[in-house]
Amino acid sequence: MNDKGKIVTGLVIFAALVTFPFWYNLGKAAPPPEVVLTEKAKAAGECVMPKEEIRTEHMQLLDVWRDTQVRDGQTVYINAKGKAYTMSLSNTCLDCHSNYKDFCDRCHAYASTDPYCWDCHIDNPKEGE
Amino acid sequence: MNVKYMYSFLAVIVLFLIAYVGTEAVGLQWLFGVLIPYVALAVFLVGFIRRVMGWARSAVPFRIPTTCGQQRTLPWIRPNRIDNPSTTGGVIARMFLEIVAFRSLFRNTRMKAKADGRITYQWEIFLWVGALAFHYAFAVVLARHLRFFLEPVPAPIKLLETVDAFFQFGLPVVYLSGVVLLIAVAYLALRRIFIPMVRYISLANDFFPLFLIFGIAFTGILMRYFSKVDILSIKALTMGLVSFSFPDTEVLKAIDGLFYGHLFFVSVLLAYFPFSKLMHMGGIFLSPTRNLPNDTRMHRHVNPWNYPVDVHTYAEYEDDFREKMVEAGLPVDKPLEPAEAEKE
Amino acid sequence: MKDLPKPKDFYSRLMHRPGSTDWMDTPVDIRKGMYCYAANPKSLNILSAPFARDWNPVEEDWKLPENWQQILHEGFKERLERFRSFKVFMDICVRCGACADKCHFFIGTGDPKNMPVLRAELLRSVYRNDFTTFGKILGRVGGARPMTLNVLKEWWYYMFQCSECRRCSVFCPYGIDTAEITIMGRELLNLLGLNIDWIATPVSNCYMTGNHLGIQPHAYKDMLDFFVDDIEEVTGVRVEPSFNRKGADILFITPSGDVFADPGTYTCMGYMMLFHYLREKYGFDITWSTYASEGGNFGFFTSHETMKRLNAKMYAEAKRLGVKWILGGECGHMWRVINQYMDTMNGPADFLEEPVSPITGTKFENAKSTKMVHIAEFTADLIRHGKLELDKSRNNHLKVTYHDSCNPARGMGLLEEPRYVIRNVCNHFYEMPENTIREQTFCCGSGAGLNAGENMELRMAGGLPRANAVKHVHEQHGVNMLACICAIDRAVFPPLMEYWVPEVGVTGLHEMVANALVMPGENKRETDLRGEPLEGMEGDTDE
Repeated sequence: MNDKGKIVTGLVIFAALVTFPFWYNLGKAAPPPEVVLTEKAKAAGECVMPKEEIRTEHMQLLDVWRDTQVRDGQTVYINAKGKAYTMSLSNTCLDCHSNYKDFCDRCHAYASTDPYCWDCHIDNPKEGE
Repeated sequence: MNVKYMYSFLAVIVLFLIAYVGTEAVGLQWLFGVLIPYVALAVFLVGFIRRVMGWARSAVPFRIPTTCGQQRTLPWIRPNRIDNPSTTGGVIARMFLEIVAFRSLFRNTRMKAKADGRITYQWEIFLWVGALAFHYAFAVVLARHLRFFLEPVPAPIKLLETVDAFFQFGLPVVYLSGVVLLIAVAYLALRRIFIPMVRYISLANDFFPLFLIFGIAFTGILMRYFSKVDILSIKALTMGLVSFSFPDTEVLKAIDGLFYGHLFFVSVLLAYFPFSKLMHMGGIFLSPTRNLPNDTRMHRHVNPWNYPVDVHTYAEYEDDFREKMVEAGLPVDKPLEPAEAEKE
Repeated sequence: MKDLPKPKDFYSRLMHRPGSTDWMDTPVDIRKGMYCYAANPKSLNILSAPFARDWNPVEEDWKLPENWQQILHEGFKERLERFRSFKVFMDICVRCGACADKCHFFIGTGDPKNMPVLRAELLRSVYRNDFTTFGKILGRVGGARPMTLNVLKEWWYYMFQCSECRRCSVFCPYGIDTAEITIMGRELLNLLGLNIDWIATPVSNCYMTGNHLGIQPHAYKDMLDFFVDDIEEVTGVRVEPSFNRKGADILFITPSGDVFADPGTYTCMGYMMLFHYLREKYGFDITWSTYASEGGNFGFFTSHETMKRLNAKMYAEAKRLGVKWILGGECGHMWRVINQYMDTMNGPADFLEEPVSPITGTKFENAKSTKMVHIAEFTADLIRHGKLELDKSRNNHLKVTYHDSCNPARGMGLLEEPRYVIRNVCNHFYEMPENTIREQTFCCGSGAGLNAGENMELRMAGGLPRANAVKHVHEQHGVNMLACICAIDRAVFPPLMEYWVPEVGVTGLHEMVANALVMPGENKRETDLRGEPLEGMEGDTDE
């Protein structure tokens, strides 16, 4: 019985699957996206947390904000430097970063994360006003 | 203390430290982030192919399926077309179920001796559940990781992520596959450590991959939920790997040592794979007791190295016993020579 | 049987505990009652097998050739190239342990090295050391060990504690078949002349005289003539078997055990009565052969080559006699050889015709290449077409259970045919528990050449799971007869039953067929073939 043909075919398929990302990205360099800061953000010069921290921790911070505000009724966040902020994605974060397509979405798309914040917060970005 | 699992456990710890210290303290990001992953992948692919081709080179002299059901026989007896296949279609169905559903393991029973001397065999499904959970969780985790290697990320991968995060708890949202993988691999490892007979048959080579995969899952979960890493720099590196356009050293240095530990674990697993029992992944396809139909009485199977052998022929046999055969009235090919009888 | 441990000693071993030392550090203890005597050099010489000599397994010196390690290494290498099964099975086991409590020898002896996984590791450890890079580098840590005299003794001891029944292979997620491992292990041992006598002597007998028992042609005919008298005594009908007859339609081959030892002899009478019945009614034309007078093949337990040498006589005799096809009797490993090896080894059988039942016209499509039909298939077809007049009530004194013999079950899939026959020839049929029959059937504990007298303790331990299931139906339903389609079963079950379930007898399928078969011109039957009074006839025989 000669089944070498079948085995080689199987191996070719296997190798193609394993190396699929190489083929898929062939000739396409994909550097991380540049985010665009609005004039307002540039003017503020600093975020609620240092840049490195806010980059990896912002989702947790927003989670804490949401819980504290909804459950405890507190609205003011004091950061490490002692500066006070209103705990609000729409009114604080998006106030500076009003360009969510060029700011939030760029990284989110690159890292393929799909936060459900936007289920509510995009259509009415200025609730309460 | 069992040296077999202690060796394996220590080996995994040491591997992590090598990568962590190597990047955090020594600054070998290029080595652990780029060079070693490439080498590991090459070893994996070449090693895997060589191993399978090594099996392919060995002959399949006989058709020896393990028949687990009624054969195809008289037209009014219903054959078991999957567990005792007589056609290629049946073999494909059998192999498919074996590979995607671990059908043989599903049959597993556990023998128990009762005090009154009766022996019972109960259906034992935990090993099957553990094995299936482990393999599928690993597959999903692997597929999810394609988001680091493809840009733009294709819709099916995104869909898989959504499904995997179906319950939407925790932040970042918890992927079930990661948790299941960790639990399943822990179960498989604890089973090896605590069931006496399984511990007895286990080698260091059995513990090592389990600990290594546990390490991979553990560092992965750590990075996602607890000790955050810079995901954009990581994707810059992983995309660089698959498109051969690497980011600046500064970007590599921005990534935490934990990630390099994770990546090094994966590299070690890849390089270890072709030389280990993990090759059951390819071997299952070539198992002659599963991938052949039970049709040898219908279709002749040819043995490529079949060679002639010495046999004791009928003529020789008759020569040995002719007189006795004639006396007993058994027919013979060559009559007793009358000349011999007359000479006397 | 006197030296055997008590049943409670066997039961106490069922609480499986691993040894206190690692298995690689536990030297083999070749224990009386568990091993078979070494091969007689005369038998090996007849086969021109290498290194025939007097040696004793329990002695320190096995009188091995100087370069025995090299011989084994080269033999190993050659088999890895010739058998993909061997190579793949050496590489891919993950030691999940699913096979462990599936082995009747492990269940019964509690010896961890009887776990199929460890039995294979005995070879695998040497394979890693000799043929894999990792094994060479890592050594013991990587599960490798060099071939030493102790390892060789361990191989020998445990390769002859496996009956190649394939039950483990049913449960293995990769289909790893310990039978295949044992076959290779025994082939390697045979390269050094390390066979057991219970295999080597039957093989040499079979080679020279055509059957394992060494029955010479005239004696073979004599034995069947005795049966003719016995049959006449019970039925009043004189059957006329024919031998070595050229031009017959069909050649019949059955294991010689059926001709020689009770209760197989009754099965043999059953065949003779069936053939006579068919001849009288339908002109059925069949011949026996004294040259191909062995269905079984102990060569299969020696090496592939020896198997081929013994098997060759079947086709050779069919060709010489000019028959159309071959009918095979009730035997276990004989049918694995016929179903999975014969055509490949000794075919193509282009001098034979595709088998067709001359009585029913049924084409045996499933045997169209090998051209050999199992008698259970043949008889089931006859019954289905209403060609046999059967009086089931003559088996009313029997409460029957059926043991699937390992090889027809897991190397063929002959499961329904015998059951169909049993249901049509007797009224009381009870299945044993589900996990002990069909493809999950338990071995008799004495297969693959292990049915010697000196290893009785091993046989009683290995047969325990089967006997335990029989005991269950005996207690539940009053089963008093264990039916089987294997000559080794018929030889080894009587002592096994006597030890574990003394009230149960052993029968072949065609003994029951013959009891029920209403022969043309027969006397009113008062007893069965064994001379036991039939139900309702208990008083009559004395008058």
